[in-house]
Amino acid sequence: MKKSTIIIFALVVLVFIASWILKGSTNEGDSPYLQGFLVTLAAFLTLAIMSFLYKDNPYYKFAEHLFVGVSAAYWMCLGFWSTIVGNLIPRLSRGMSDFFQVPYIEGDYNFFFVIPIIFGVLLLMRLSPKGGWLSRWPLAFIVGTTAGLNFVRYLRSDFIKQIYSTIIPLVVEWKGFGAFFSDFTLSATGQLALMGTNIVIFIGVICGLIYFYFSKEHTGLFGRASRVGIWILMITFGASFGYTVMGRISLLVGRITFLFKDWLEIIN
Amino acid sequence: MKRFVPLTITFFVGTLLIFSVFIPPMETLGENFTLFFDIIAVFAFFLGGGNLIRVHFTKISRKKEDWPFSFVTIFGFLFMLAAGLFKIGNPGDIASSVTAPDSLFEMVYRAVFVPLGSTMYALLAFFVASASYRAFRAKNREATLLLIAAFIILLGSTPFGTMLTSWVPELMSVLQIPNLAVWIMSSPNLAGQRAILIGIGLGVVSISLRLILGLERTYLGDDGA
Repeated sequence: MKKSTIIIFALVVLVFIASWILKGSTNEGDSPYLQGFLVTLAAFLTLAIMSFLYKDNPYYKFAEHLFVGVSAAYWMCLGFWSTIVGNLIPRLSRGMSDFFQVPYIEGDYNFFFVIPIIFGVLLLMRLSPKGGWLSRWPLAFIVGTTAGLNFVRYLRSDFIKQIYSTIIPLVVEWKGFGAFFSDFTLSATGQLALMGTNIVIFIGVICGLIYFYFSKEHTGLFGRASRVGIWILMITFGASFGYTVMGRISLLVGRITFLFKDWLEIIN
Repeated sequence: MKRFVPLTITFFVGTLLIFSVFIPPMETLGENFTLFFDIIAVFAFFLGGGNLIRVHFTKISRKKEDWPFSFVTIFGFLFMLAAGLFKIGNPGDIASSVTAPDSLFEMVYRAVFVPLGSTMYALLAFFVASASYRAFRAKNREATLLLIAAFIILLGSTPFGTMLTSWVPELMSVLQIPNLAVWIMSSPNLAGQRAILIGIGLGVVSISLRLILGLERTYLGDDGA
C-alpha cells in the first residue's frame, strides 16, 4: 500500500472522529453523540459516493459494497415482516400469530397457503447444485401469475383506457361563434390553447401509432403521418429527458443541502 | 418432468387469473394468488440474500479482485438483517413496526441506506449532463425538437425561466416558458406517451398469451427450448 494512501486514510478517519465529537457536543436532545455519529456517517457516505466523480477509488468501493449488503437485508426484513408475518402467518397458525401478536385470520381455505411455502422452499433449491431444476416450478408460478394479471391489467389501463382518453372533443367549451372568436387569444386558459391541446393529443397519438406500424411501407400520406409521429415522439423524449434531469438535480440539491445544513451547519 | 410441470403451472395459473376477472366467485382466488405471488417473492429475497453471501464468500476464499470489500458487504448485510429480524433497539414490543423511529433498523436506514441511495441517483445528474452534451446537437429537425423540448422543460421548472418571459402579456400567456412547459407535458408529451403505452399494452398482452400458451419458454433456461 502506498504511503500517500495511508496518510489520506488516516486523515479521513481523523476528520470523521473530529466531526463526530463536534456534532455530539453541539447536539441537543436525547443521545447527542449517537445522533452526531449518524449524521457524520451519512455525510461521509455521501462524500464517498460523490468521490466517484473524480475517479474509482477505495472509498467509493466501500460505500458501494456497503449499499449492496444493507439494501439486500433491508428488503428481506421488510418482506419478512410485512408479507410473511403480516399475511402468511395469520392464515396458517394461531400459535405463531399469538407469538408475533398479529390477529389470526379465520378461513375455510387457509390450508392452501402451504402452497406458496412449498414453492418458496423449491425456489431456494436454486442454491443447490443438484436440485436447481426444481426452482423452475415456483418460477413458472411467478411467470404465470404475472402473465395472467398483466394480460387484463395492461389491456384495461394501457390499451382501452388510453384509446378511450384519446377520443375527445376537438372543440372544447363551445359557446357559439361569437364567444369562440372573441376568446381567440394565446392565453394559457383560452379556447385556442385548450383546442390546441386536444388536437395535438388526437393527431399525435394517431401519428405516433402510425410510426410504430411496420407492416406497411412509410411512403406517401402514411409516410408523412409517420414523420409527424417521429416529431411527437422526439418532443416526448425531450420532455422526459428534461423531467428526469430535473429529478436528479433536485436529489443532488437535497444531498448538498444535507451536507451544508445538517452536517456542516453553514446554511440555515 | 423438467418442462411439462412448469409449463402446466404457468398455463393453469395464468388462465385461472384471466378467468377470475370474468367470473365474480373466482375473484377471491385471484386475490389469493396475488398473495401467493407476494409470499414467493419474499422467498426470492431470501434466495437473493443467500446468493449474495455465497458470491462474496467465494470472492474472499479465492481472493479475487477487491475481495476485502466483500467483508463490507457481508458485514452490512448481516448487521441490517439482525437489526431488522430481531428488531434490535425497537422502542415497542414485537408487535411494533420494524421501521419504528429510533430502532437500530431505522437508524441504519436513515444514516446508510437513504444517503447512499439518493447520492447514487443524484450522481446520475452529472452523467446525464455529460451524455446530453454529446447527444444534444441540433444535427437535424428531430434532434432540434428533442433539444428544444428538453430545454423548455428544464427552464420552465426554474425561477429563471419564469423571469425570462414574465414580460409576455396575459393574452399570450401560453408563450410564457412555465406555461409552455406545462403545455408540452400535457399535450405533445402526453400524445407520445400514449402512443408508446398503447404499444406496450399490445406487447404485454401478446407476450402474456405466448407465456400462458407455452409458446415462450425462455424462462425455463436451456432445457426449455
